[in-house]
Amino acid sequence: MSHEYHDLPFWRKYIFSTDHKMIGLQYGITAWIFLLLGFCMVLLMRWQLAYPGQPLPLIGGWFGEDRMPGGIMLPEFYNQLGAMHGTIMVFMGIVPLAVGAFGNYIVPLQIGAPDMAFPKLNMTSYLCYLAGGVVMLASFFLPGGAASSGWTSYPPLAVIAPIGQTAWIIGMVFLISSSLLGALNFIVTIFQLRAPGMTWMRLPFFVWAQLVTAFLLLLAFPPLEAGAVMQLMDRVAHTSFFMPAGLIVSGQHVVNTGGGSVLLWQHLFWFLAHPEVYVLILPAMGIVTEIIANNIRKPIWGLKSMTYSIIAIGFLSFVVWAHHMYITNMGTAISAFFQTTTMIISIPSVIILTCLFISLWGGSIRFNTSMLFALAFLPMFGIGGLTGLPLGLATPDIHLHDTYYVIGHFHYVVAPGTIFALFAGIYYWFPKITGRKMNEVLGQLHFWPSLVCMNFIFFPMLIQGLAGVSRRLYDGGASYAHAQPVLYLNVVMSTAAFIMAAAQFFFIINLFWSMFKGKKVTSDNPWEATTLEWATPTPPGHGNFEHPVTVYRGPYEYSVPGAPKDFSPQCEP
Amino acid sequence: MEIPYIVEERPDTGFNNATLGIWLFLSSEVMLFGALFSSYILLRAGAAHWPSGASILNIPLATLNTFILVFSSIAMVFAWAGTKQGNLPQFKKWMAVCLLCGLGFLVIKTFEYKMKFAHHMFPSTSTFLALYFTMTGLHALHIIGGLIVNSYLWGPGSKMFQEDQRHFSHRVEIAGIYWHFVDLLWIIFLFPVLYLL
Ligand code: HEM
Ligand SMILES: [Cu+2]
Repeated sequence: MSHEYHDLPFWRKYIFSTDHKMIGLQYGITAWIFLLLGFCMVLLMRWQLAYPGQPLPLIGGWFGEDRMPGGIMLPEFYNQLGAMHGTIMVFMGIVPLAVGAFGNYIVPLQIGAPDMAFPKLNMTSYLCYLAGGVVMLASFFLPGGAASSGWTSYPPLAVIAPIGQTAWIIGMVFLISSSLLGALNFIVTIFQLRAPGMTWMRLPFFVWAQLVTAFLLLLAFPPLEAGAVMQLMDRVAHTSFFMPAGLIVSGQHVVNTGGGSVLLWQHLFWFLAHPEVYVLILPAMGIVTEIIANNIRKPIWGLKSMTYSIIAIGFLSFVVWAHHMYITNMGTAISAFFQTTTMIISIPSVIILTCLFISLWGGSIRFNTSMLFALAFLPMFGIGGLTGLPLGLATPDIHLHDTYYVIGHFHYVVAPGTIFALFAGIYYWFPKITGRKMNEVLGQLHFWPSLVCMNFIFFPMLIQGLAGVSRRLYDGGASYAHAQPVLYLNVVMSTAAFIMAAAQFFFIINLFWSMFKGKKVTSDNPWEATTLEWATPTPPGHGNFEHPVTVYRGPYEYSVPGAPKDFSPQCEP
Repeated sequence: MEIPYIVEERPDTGFNNATLGIWLFLSSEVMLFGALFSSYILLRAGAAHWPSGASILNIPLATLNTFILVFSSIAMVFAWAGTKQGNLPQFKKWMAVCLLCGLGFLVIKTFEYKMKFAHHMFPSTSTFLALYFTMTGLHALHIIGGLIVNSYLWGPGSKMFQEDQRHFSHRVEIAGIYWHFVDLLWIIFLFPVLYLL
């Protein structure tokens, strides 16, 4: 089997590959490129927010007269960048990284499987993802530019927007299909391909996180797909699923006949998009748990309650969506229901975070770069979670809704939260993939500035939001009276963002340098870890394991009294 | 190592891979059409007036289409039984019937659409028609998807029958589960909701 595989032509091996590890890498590379693009877009925006109306130095002329005449950003272009930043980061960056890349590479290894259950389907979902991504990016070159109605695409604005919005919908349909196929594949793989002895309670927490995530994707995305189809109909066939009657834009009647419901779109969108935020965070929790368990050299405290909590999150995340809609006219009874469920769902999240914190107590912690990122995840996600509570209560949300406070809140969750977890995962699993460790000095140079800058970018957003500065403002609040006392923070945030961009070069250099020159690992299990992925050759060949594996114990049996070593691998009797 | 449980069932889950996969896929389809149905309810509840399906749509044609789909599902079962019993001609014959039924359904549906357009009834005419065209259009796409899979199994895919009869029979079974679902979608959801309610 593995012999045949080596003889495959280039395009079968690297482009139309069906091996879960190659597909994982394809996802990883593609998604990091998109993530970087999304970050560059927001850097352009941050220039405009800090110095509204001033020409962008050096590269300002690159973007053309219809986007940045004389280097000065047009409001339309700002809106496109904003909408595409959100879309790219969420659907083309974080999810494909957390699920497509890490899930694909690690899950089959951790459960002792030779591959994903449906390798060809796996390839198809990557190609769908790629197609969706290309459509999204290409939409910048359409007349009127890319989608500009926010990543939420609320009608009626999105329905009357230029053609870029149609491309957004088509791109989304590709991305949704990709996620659906992927999710189905993960669930079947985890149910069916677990090695003998790998019982449910012996599954590593990362696999549990991926399983719950896959169910969220499978069941939450289809309603958005339905919504996308209806919005497409509203745009091209002039139906009125989401369009009110008698809408007048620029003095002209809109062609749609009316009779639709704007709220309907919001329900369909958030029915996906709330579970989606758990899709963004649960795999991150999984990665962090793996790394913390390995570096404290003792069992995770309360692993069982963490597992039950993550299952509870999975169920509850389907009944909280309308907490994004408190200030619509949906009614107080509905608000009361959704704020109750929202408060309830915070409990399991707190349990998981608390268990991880308590696990640190009394451990002999190894502070390598991956552990630093994992440790930083805890308080950063903590801030993100705690700042979310006021947003989940209908009354404070009246003040906070659509302000920079919201932007600050969820970026704490996804940027120094999820992205740090993804960095941690790369530093941790890099040796398995390449056979070399990443450089620790460059790692620290990457970590510390990133941690400091993240807080200087996102904490001021909370302050601005509390002061009442709205999100999606083209000038960052310069023309708003109540924004004046907190306006200076825009420069602080933008400067921090530029410094953070610079710090990422250490990561990029580290990545390439270590790939060729990094310290070679001397064993297949350089971190002395317990889970199954370290029982494979380095890098794992086609089919992964050289001998069939059997599992004898739980995932994190470190420092077991009486054991010969301070780690007892799952596959050793 | 080879991927296990492609045809035989895993003892502790009671499924083989593709069977579990197709049920998961159908659960996501239920969410898709469930969302459309919820939208239907919400839009109808908020509408000032709502036409009765019978006054706009052609019930006799749709009834005929319902029977065609019921019959195609039965044909699918006979085709599958053929693969089980090692009877390739039986499979070929009934699968052909099933394919023809699916095609027939699409022809009648196209004819229905044409009649609507001829009477100046477009998706943009009213919310009811918007829902009608969107839902039946999506359903028709599902039928087309099923036809593609089924004709592959009927044509080039049936070579597998000689090499691995069990595996082939299993494939037909999976395609059958999907086909029954798409038929049911019409019979117990779209037809009553759009035409009769
Ligand atoms: C670390 C680098 C990042 C910076 C500096 C940054 C900055 C910003 C800013 C300033 C906005 C507000 C734009 C406005 O309201 O006008 C924004 C919006 C947004 N960001 Fe980020 N962001 C970063 C990373 C991320 C990541 C990793 C995600 C991943 C999920 C993300 C998702 C979003 C979303 C969904 C929006 C809302 C877009 C909309 O209004 O439709 N961002 N970001
Ligand atoms: Cu939410």
